[in-house]
Amino acid sequence: MKTVLSLSVNGTTRDDVIPDNMLLVDYLRENIGLTGTKVGCDGGECGACTVLINDRPRHSCLTLAVTCQGARIETVDGLSRDNRLSALQRGFDEKLGAQCGFCTPGMIMASEALLRANPKPDEAAIRNALAANICRCTGYVKIIEAVQFAAEIANEIADEALAS
Amino acid sequence: MEFMPQMQMHQPTSVEDAVSLHGAAPDGRYLAGGSDLLVNIRRGIEQPDSLVYVNNIPEMRAITETSDQITIGGAVTLRELSGNSAVAEHFAAVAQAAGEVAGPSHREYGTVGGNLCLDTRCVFYNQSEWWRAANNYCLKYRGEICHVAPGGKKCFAAFSGDVAPALLLFDAEVEIAGPDGRRRMPLADLYRNDGMDHLTLRPGELLVAIHVAKLTTSISSAPIASAYAKSRIRGSIDFPLAGVAVAMAVAGGKITDLRIALTGVSPLPFLAKGMDDFIGREGDETCLEEIRDKIRTQAKAMKTTTTPPHYRRRVAGALAQKLAASIF
Repeated sequence: MKTVLSLSVNGTTRDDVIPDNMLLVDYLRENIGLTGTKVGCDGGECGACTVLINDRPRHSCLTLAVTCQGARIETVDGLSRDNRLSALQRGFDEKLGAQCGFCTPGMIMASEALLRANPKPDEAAIRNALAANICRCTGYVKIIEAVQFAAEIANEIADEALAS
Repeated sequence: MEFMPQMQMHQPTSVEDAVSLHGAAPDGRYLAGGSDLLVNIRRGIEQPDSLVYVNNIPEMRAITETSDQITIGGAVTLRELSGNSAVAEHFAAVAQAAGEVAGPSHREYGTVGGNLCLDTRCVFYNQSEWWRAANNYCLKYRGEICHVAPGGKKCFAAFSGDVAPALLLFDAEVEIAGPDGRRRMPLADLYRNDGMDHLTLRPGELLVAIHVAKLTTSISSAPIASAYAKSRIRGSIDFPLAGVAVAMAVAGGKITDLRIALTGVSPLPFLAKGMDDFIGREGDETCLEEIRDKIRTQAKAMKTTTTPPHYRRRVAGALAQKLAASIF
């Protein structure tokens, strides 16, 4: 029971033959080798596996890969451009938003979805967007600062990209 | 990584195809968002040999409004439902309840049909295979004994969907498609008080849509306001320890309509009894406390969560009191 899956992962179009019971997170990590996405729990409780499907956040551990036919998938592995970190990656770096770092890929992808829909979120909007992502280290304060920092520098980064 | 059985996936684009594909593989399951079913499959509680994915069926993805009713497709996501302005205007509690389900990422793909057909939950059931095996399983699945009420032969696993009580306030109907065609029934009739078998769906049946009539012909002429609130362990993301939906109309400072529905405290969501007794009452402190007490006695929570039952009974009453006070 296999299916040909055609989709785009981090901007690259792919066709893969995969088993029907394969979870998206296993497809990303095992088949493509994109190990940035993490598996933290076994039931959609932690959010570490969050990826973007057509710009919206989704748990890749609770998504069957075959249901992503034609979709545009983005993972944390694909955020940097030409060795430049994305605004959120810079924010998590500058503001020490990562401690052990295991939740960070999910935090960054959930925040990425937020900033695409709402480029200037207030703190309540950030807390709300990250409600499904659990962090056992930071107490969330530094993570929220990281997202705020990213929202502030996003324009700056876009200008740099245009200039380069 | 836990167990994923071999499964064949079907992705039909019409309800009729979905039903016939399911009919050809009776050990299969319908799959929508998967935030409940896939977790249960990974834990070995469900072992379907095929899945019929219903999210590509256009009919099930739409919310349509007419002059007198709103129809919500079964595969409408909880985010779409909570953000729909027509639903928020006419059925505020429904939009609020949809926005209170789990966390924001779950609501991106979790569906209203899935939330209505959610499996019942219990601290002795929603565990990994090795945990349940070490505990000799339980009455709901593979075991002989109910650890919640040993000696009994009834399963008390709690229905934990948030949207059902809000829809019950408005006498919603569900449209079901199955091998014998389509039928409609009151949402209340979708459920029975049995944690092992809480849905009245027949084999192969699929919840296609929910129909809710707008309250243009309400019992009283006063406008009906409604709200939903829940208590949970993790405030940001969790099933309800108790969930309460209230619809109330007030005219001249007096209650002219009152309905309260509960979830999370028994194997089925239900409308509380005796609420008509409050019609004609003023919303003073005594009245609100009586509402609280009446809800508390009907919220017969059992030891199905790590939070003790008496807390869930008390919190159900307190939520009802708080919501009623907020509407006054």
